Amino acid sequence: MSGDPTKWDERYEMVVGLEVHVHLKTATKIFCRCSTNFGAPPNANTCPVCLALPGALPVLNDRAVELAIRTGLALGCSIEMTSVFARKNYFYPDLPKGYQISQFDQPLARNGSVEIGKRADGSAIVIRITRAHMEEDAGKSIHDRFAGASAVDLNRAGVPLVEIVSEPDIRGSAQAEAYVRVLKQILEYVGVSDVNMEEGSLRVDANISVRKRGESALGTRTEIKNMNSISGLVKALDVEFARQCSIVAAGGTIDQQTMLYDANANEVRPARSKEGSHDYRYFPDPDLPPLIVPLERIDRIRRDLPELPQARRDRYKRDHQNLTEYDVDVLTANAAMGDYFEQVARQSNDAKTAANWLLGEVFASLKSTGQSIEHFTVRPADLAALLGMVRDGIVSHSAAKQIFGKMVTTGDRPNAIAEREWLLKVSDDLALVKWIDEVFAAHPAEVERFLGGEKRLQGVLVGYVMKQSKGSADPKRVNQLLAERVGT
Amino acid sequence: MTDRPELAASSLQKAIEAGETTARDAVDASFDRMRDVGAGAKGLNILLHQDRHDALTRAAECDSDNPTTRARPLNGVPVVVKDNIATSVMPTSCGSRILEGYVSPFAATAVGKLTQAGAIVVAKSNMDEFAMGSSTEHSAFGPAKNPLAPDRVPGGSSGGSAAAVAAGIARIALGSETGGSVRQPAAFCGVVGVKPTYGRVSRFGLVAFASSLDHIGVIGRNVDDAALGLETISGLDPLDSTSAAEPVPSFRDASHGGLTGVVIGRPKEYFPDDLDPRIRERCDAALDRLESLGAEVRDVSLPHTKLAIEVYYIIAPAEASSNLARFDGVRYGLRIEGDGLGAMYEATRSSGFGPEVTRRILLGTYVLSAGYYDAYYRKAQQVRALIARDFAKVFSSGVHLLFTPTTPTTAFPLGSKADPYEMYLSDIFTCTANLAGVPAMSVPIGRIDGLPVGAQFIATHFDERQMFVAAYALERALGASVTQ
Repeated sequence: MSGDPTKWDERYEMVVGLEVHVHLKTATKIFCRCSTNFGAPPNANTCPVCLALPGALPVLNDRAVELAIRTGLALGCSIEMTSVFARKNYFYPDLPKGYQISQFDQPLARNGSVEIGKRADGSAIVIRITRAHMEEDAGKSIHDRFAGASAVDLNRAGVPLVEIVSEPDIRGSAQAEAYVRVLKQILEYVGVSDVNMEEGSLRVDANISVRKRGESALGTRTEIKNMNSISGLVKALDVEFARQCSIVAAGGTIDQQTMLYDANANEVRPARSKEGSHDYRYFPDPDLPPLIVPLERIDRIRRDLPELPQARRDRYKRDHQNLTEYDVDVLTANAAMGDYFEQVARQSNDAKTAANWLLGEVFASLKSTGQSIEHFTVRPADLAALLGMVRDGIVSHSAAKQIFGKMVTTGDRPNAIAEREWLLKVSDDLALVKWIDEVFAAHPAEVERFLGGEKRLQGVLVGYVMKQSKGSADPKRVNQLLAERVGT
Repeated sequence: MTDRPELAASSLQKAIEAGETTARDAVDASFDRMRDVGAGAKGLNILLHQDRHDALTRAAECDSDNPTTRARPLNGVPVVVKDNIATSVMPTSCGSRILEGYVSPFAATAVGKLTQAGAIVVAKSNMDEFAMGSSTEHSAFGPAKNPLAPDRVPGGSSGGSAAAVAAGIARIALGSETGGSVRQPAAFCGVVGVKPTYGRVSRFGLVAFASSLDHIGVIGRNVDDAALGLETISGLDPLDSTSAAEPVPSFRDASHGGLTGVVIGRPKEYFPDDLDPRIRERCDAALDRLESLGAEVRDVSLPHTKLAIEVYYIIAPAEASSNLARFDGVRYGLRIEGDGLGAMYEATRSSGFGPEVTRRILLGTYVLSAGYYDAYYRKAQQVRALIARDFAKVFSSGVHLLFTPTTPTTAFPLGSKADPYEMYLSDIFTCTANLAGVPAMSVPIGRIDGLPVGAQFIATHFDERQMFVAAYALERALGASVTQ
C-alpha cells in the first residue's frame, strides 16, 4: 500500500474544516487587568483572577469585545446582539479554574465567509465560516525543563482569543494554507491581532476526513492539533490524508480521535488522552451576565472598519490600470504597505512609478535593514518628493537611487541630500564647460577622432563628463555643448 | 467599662466616639466573651481562627484622636466573618481540609467595606464545608454547637457566625447564603439574619459554591445591627459583574417607617398542614401584631414552591462541581502526591473534600453530563424561572411583603439528621428566595421549649427597605417576648 499523496489524490478527496485561534491585540487579559505582553518572566503577568484564587471573579474586558466584533464583521459574520459565556470544564494544570470560559451554543458571531482565490474557470473559492466566538487562553505547560516535574506558566492564561470555526469547505492542504493566509491578512488589516504563529498568537486545529472523489457524504474525521506553522499545517494534513486514505482503501474505518502532529518526525499520532470523548459539561457561566451588544455599537464598528484586502485589491485595479496583478497583490499584502503606496502615489501623482519604487528600492531596503514599512525611515512624502525631482529633471535616475540610499540611512529629505552630495543635475554651462575641458585634456585621442567627425564617440564623451561630474551633469546640456564644439 | 451587650453596634460606635469606652475595650470584651462561652474547638467550636494581635492593632487605629476616624459608622465595632469570605489577615479555609491554613492575598469587597467603616474583624467562624450543609456539622474542623442549647446545632451553613452573634462575641457577623444559610442559623440562634437581593452585595472574595445562588448576608444581634451591617457592605462593585448599580438607600432609616397600608402576604405553601403547630401559632401571633400595627394581611399562593428543593439540589451542585474544580492541588491548598497527574488530583480531592462536598460534586457532575443536561440542568432552570415568576406575580398584585416561618423546626439535636435529604428539607422555606434572587430576612419571634423560632420577611428585588420597616416594627412590638 503506497502512501504517495499524489496517487491518493486521484482517488480520494481531502475535506478539511479549520478552527483558528487568534489572540486579540488587547493590552490586558480578557477577565482581569493583567498585561498580555509576550515574553515576560514565567507567571509575572498573573493576579488572583487568572490564578483562580478562591473568591476571585471575572470581569469582561470591553476592548476584547470591541476587537472580537470587528473580527466577526471583517469575516462577513452577523453579530449576535446577545451571546453567552459558558464554562468548558476539564482538569489540566495550565487551566487554573478547572474550566475555560468560552462561548458555546450562543457565540458572538455566525455565518461569515472568506474568498481564498479563484478556480481555473474564474469562479471564486469561498470558505464559509460557521462561527467566531470569544474565549480565554489557557496557560502553558512546560514538560521538558525540569527533571521529573512539569512546570506551568500562567502568563498566557486569560489572554483573549477569538476562535474562528470554518465549515468543512476546504479541499486539500493548498486551500488550507490559502485560507489561513487570507485570514491572517484580514485580521492584520483590521488590526485585531498580531497573527504571529511563532508567538502562538495564531493557532490552528484541523478537522480532516477523506472520501472517494465524486461522493458527497463526509467521512469520519480526526482532529489534528499542535501545528505551529503554516508549513506544519500543510505537512500534517498531507500526512494524515495519506494515513486515512490507506486505511479506507484497505477497507478499514477511521476512528474519530484527536491526533497530535510531531513536526520533527513529520507524523501524526493519537493524543494520549481520549480528548475526542471528553465531556466538557458546558453550562452558562453564572459569574458573567449575557453579553449584550446594541445594534448601534455593531453599526458603529462596521462603519469604522478599515478597507479589507479584497476591496483594496479591487480598488487598485480600478484606479491604477497600469498596475499588474502582481503589483496589486504585493502592494496589498498588508495594510501598512498599501497605505504607504497610496500616500506616495497620491503625492507624486504617479502610481506606476510609485509602485515600481516600492516593489524595487523600498522592498530591498526593508529587507536589508530589517525595518517594517510602518517604521520605515523614509517617509512617504519624502519618497514622493524624490520621484518629483526625477520627473522634473532635477536629479537623474541614478542620482535618485543614491539619494534614496542616504534617505534610508539618515531619514533626511531628498533635496537636502541632493544639495549636500552634489547630486543635483548641473546645467550651468560654466561648470559643464570646465568638466568638458577636463575630459578633453584627459582623452586627447578620442577627442581628436570625435572632432574629426566620428559622431558615435559623442556618447562615450558624455559618459566621461558624467563620470567627471559624479553624475550631477545634465546629460542633455552636455550633448548640446559637445555638438556645438564639433560645429565650431 | 467593658462590653455592654445591650448596646447595638451603632451605640457602641457612638460610645467609643464620645470616649465613654474604647475600641480596645470592645475587642478585649469580645475575646473575653470567646473565652467565657468556650467558642474554641474544645467548646462550642463556633470559631476557626482568631487574631487578637491584629484586632488590637486595628483597635488602636480606631481609638485615634482623628474625629473623622472616630465618626466612621462602625468604628471600633468587633465583627466576625464566615470562613468562606476572604480576609487578608486570618486563613480563609471554607471549613475544608483542602484549604486548611490558606491565607488570601486580598480581602473580600464586603470585608473591605466593613473595615473601611471602622469594623474590626476578630475571628473567622466555623461553617459547613464550602457552605454545603444546614447544621455546621459538615465542617472539616468538627461540628459547631448552639450557644443557647449546646446539644443542638446552630444551623448552617453560617452556623458559626450566627452562634458568635448569639453568644455576644460580635454584634455583627458576615455569613453567606446559597439556600438559606444565613436565615436558617439566625432563626436557630435567635438573632436577625438578612439575605439581600442578588447583586446588592458584591460576591468578590466570597469563595464560590453556586455562583447564581450565592449571596453574602449579615447576621445582627438585632434589626438595627443587621441594617447597619447591610448598608455598609451594599453597592456596585466593578470586581463583580453580577453586582447591581441600584442606589443603596439607608436601611436604618426604615426604623422610622410605619406599616399603615402595607400589604403582607401569607403564602399558604409555607404553612403546610404538617407544619409544627407551635411554629404556626407563633407566626400567626406575629401576623396579628403586624395587623395591629396597620398592615393588611392577605392569603397568597406561590404554587411552584414545592419544587424548590429539587431545583435547588440540581442547580447548586451543578455550579459547585465547576466552582470547586480549582481546588486541584496545583497552585495552593492541599496537595497529596500520587503516581502521575491523575493520581495527584484524585488523592488530593478525595482526602481534601468531606463526604457532603464529594456527594454534591458527583451530583453536579452528573446533572451537567452529556445526555442528562436537558433532563436535569435545563429543566431545573426552567422551573427556577417559574419560581421567580411566582414572586413577581404576587409582588405585582399589590403585596409588599411576604411573611413565613424561616424553618419548619427549631434547632435540632446534633447528629439527628443522618439522612442528607432530611437535612436538605430544613431549607425548604428559605431556598426559594435564593432561586428568585429576592431579599429576605429572618427575625426572632419567640421560643419553643427555650429554642428560638424565626420568621422571615421576603420583599421584591431591591426593596430591602420595606423588609426592614416591618422588621423594626415587629421587633419593637414583640419586645422581650421573643426570648420567652
